[in-house]
Amino acid sequence: MTDTTTKIRPPRNQWWDVWDQFKTHRGALVGLTIFVAILGLILIGPLVWHMDPTYVDFRARNKGFSLAHPLGTDQLGRDLLARMMAGGKVSISVGLTAMSLSIFLGAAIGVLAGYFKRLDGHLMRLTDLFLALPLLPLLLLMVTLFRDPLSKGFGPEGGIFLLIVTAIGATSWMQTARIVRGEVLALKEREFVLAARSIGTPAHRLVLRHILPNVMSPIMVSATLGIASAIITESALSFLGLGFPPDFPTWGRLLFDAVDQIQLYPMRVILPGIAISLTVLSVNYIGDGLRDALDPRIRGR
Amino acid sequence: MFDGGKRPLVEVEGLKMYFPITAGLFRAKVGDVKAVDDVTFTIYEGETLGLVGESGCGKSTCGRAILRLYEPTAGSVTIDGEDVLAAPPSELRAMRPKMQMVFQDPQASLNPRMTVAGIIGEPLDEHTTLTKPQKLARIYELMDKVGLNRDFANRYPHEFSGGQRQRIGIARALALNPRFIVCDEPIAALDVSIQAQVVNLLEELQDSLGLTYLFISHDLSMVRHIADRVAVMYLGRIVELATRDALYEAPLHPYTQALLSAVPEPDPNAESTRQRIILKGDVPSPANPPKGCNFCTRCPKVMDLCRSVEPEFREVAPGHFTACHLHNQTAG
Repeated sequence: MTDTTTKIRPPRNQWWDVWDQFKTHRGALVGLTIFVAILGLILIGPLVWHMDPTYVDFRARNKGFSLAHPLGTDQLGRDLLARMMAGGKVSISVGLTAMSLSIFLGAAIGVLAGYFKRLDGHLMRLTDLFLALPLLPLLLLMVTLFRDPLSKGFGPEGGIFLLIVTAIGATSWMQTARIVRGEVLALKEREFVLAARSIGTPAHRLVLRHILPNVMSPIMVSATLGIASAIITESALSFLGLGFPPDFPTWGRLLFDAVDQIQLYPMRVILPGIAISLTVLSVNYIGDGLRDALDPRIRGR
Repeated sequence: MFDGGKRPLVEVEGLKMYFPITAGLFRAKVGDVKAVDDVTFTIYEGETLGLVGESGCGKSTCGRAILRLYEPTAGSVTIDGEDVLAAPPSELRAMRPKMQMVFQDPQASLNPRMTVAGIIGEPLDEHTTLTKPQKLARIYELMDKVGLNRDFANRYPHEFSGGQRQRIGIARALALNPRFIVCDEPIAALDVSIQAQVVNLLEELQDSLGLTYLFISHDLSMVRHIADRVAVMYLGRIVELATRDALYEAPLHPYTQALLSAVPEPDPNAESTRQRIILKGDVPSPANPPKGCNFCTRCPKVMDLCRSVEPEFREVAPGHFTACHLHNQTAG
């Protein structure tokens, strides 16, 4: 038995354990490095590379790689490096925000439906309703209805950003809600939930302390997948003319602009493609590492 | 005997816990599973009441209903003068520190994502306003009390053996200085060697802290070791309640007799001459219990009366209660 003279470590913040475990996951570290690098390029890049992404220079159309335009120019002579950086800012912020919104909605509805039996029927029928809605006509309707009032309120770009994020978030939470509900249903029958109730833990703290940490894994997985699908949905929307205005660069927009001339200028498709893939892949690896690091049963192996 | 001069701490009166059976498109109620059906008993301060019975007879449900982890159908439970079943949620929460529970499966009753310090500290977070160092000191004190190394505070439940996990569960139950602890088969999931450790720990804690236990178990020998009085349950009802010695030496109810005859004897000579009473048939469904005495379908001493009239739970000798027509007749 340890007597009081031996050194006893006081309980330390659990996030240090999480970080220690995260560091041992090689894929997650590589993913984190790449993601931080992409973020750095996007946020710090424009401070170094002063070219305006919307500046049209007809004398320099369809240029290849050069010192004046490191990644070349597009069919209107706009600098691709500047457009990549500006587009990345929009794409990643749309991806992250829409994913957060959809995860928040999905987790909240899933937990409420799973934990409170009275809400289960209603919330799950609501989920079924959303799953049954045809997505594209719905988005079309939302854009036509709300584009102008939102543009007035938050400026043309801010308004569209809000609209797209809400549209993607509000139409992609259903899978998460279903998965989370199933996990919560199984979890709430476990004895530690009963033990917490016998202590007198109120429902909201019970959910936050015992239920949510234990449904973290499926939430993390759908979150990382959600970023990818949000970026891609935004591209699809922009392509259909429902998203950002045509001259406003996003990665999806760049891709679709370049697709017409893919045989002549393949690099213009490959570059934004690589950017999207790298972001999605690095986020997936980060999510994988985080999920492992958050589970104390896997930690330390 | 044991109740002379002792104050009743827990009084259970006519406790019923029915689970509705629903069927069909509109989830219409078609019947009830009578898990606990009209149970009445008293637990005196500082004693251990053993609650025994076979699997599915409603022991655990009874324990959980007493702590109002389920909403019982009828009856009243008074713990230390306060009615638990009638209390509104806010008052019930204030009563929680007085009554705690130790669970059967130490693996399932600890949150895998919380450290030991977090688990033991949870009741303190909920019911006290201790500062961080005070809380840590209390956690260490509790860990010392149940024989856990203080260095384990940062570890997670999966890193422990079954016995150690059960100690964590006991420390959590002790955190708020409860008066009454329901031990819901605390040793059923443990190895025999660990069982003794945990039971001894429970006894030591009872002596030093003056705890009152409701000890639910199907291990008759262990109940004989730890309990002061023993209640025997069959199909949701208590069939016999007596002091330990009276019950083990002179069981009155035929079900108790059959149950006790199944306990193996450590002495091989006695074991070879042990007369087992083998009951025939299965336990009837608690959704559709037989008319009259619940035990009439399997009782070796069944009479016509048993199949029509429900026996009353009455005192046949001082402190010795049973629900059986055999003893109603002899008593008059």
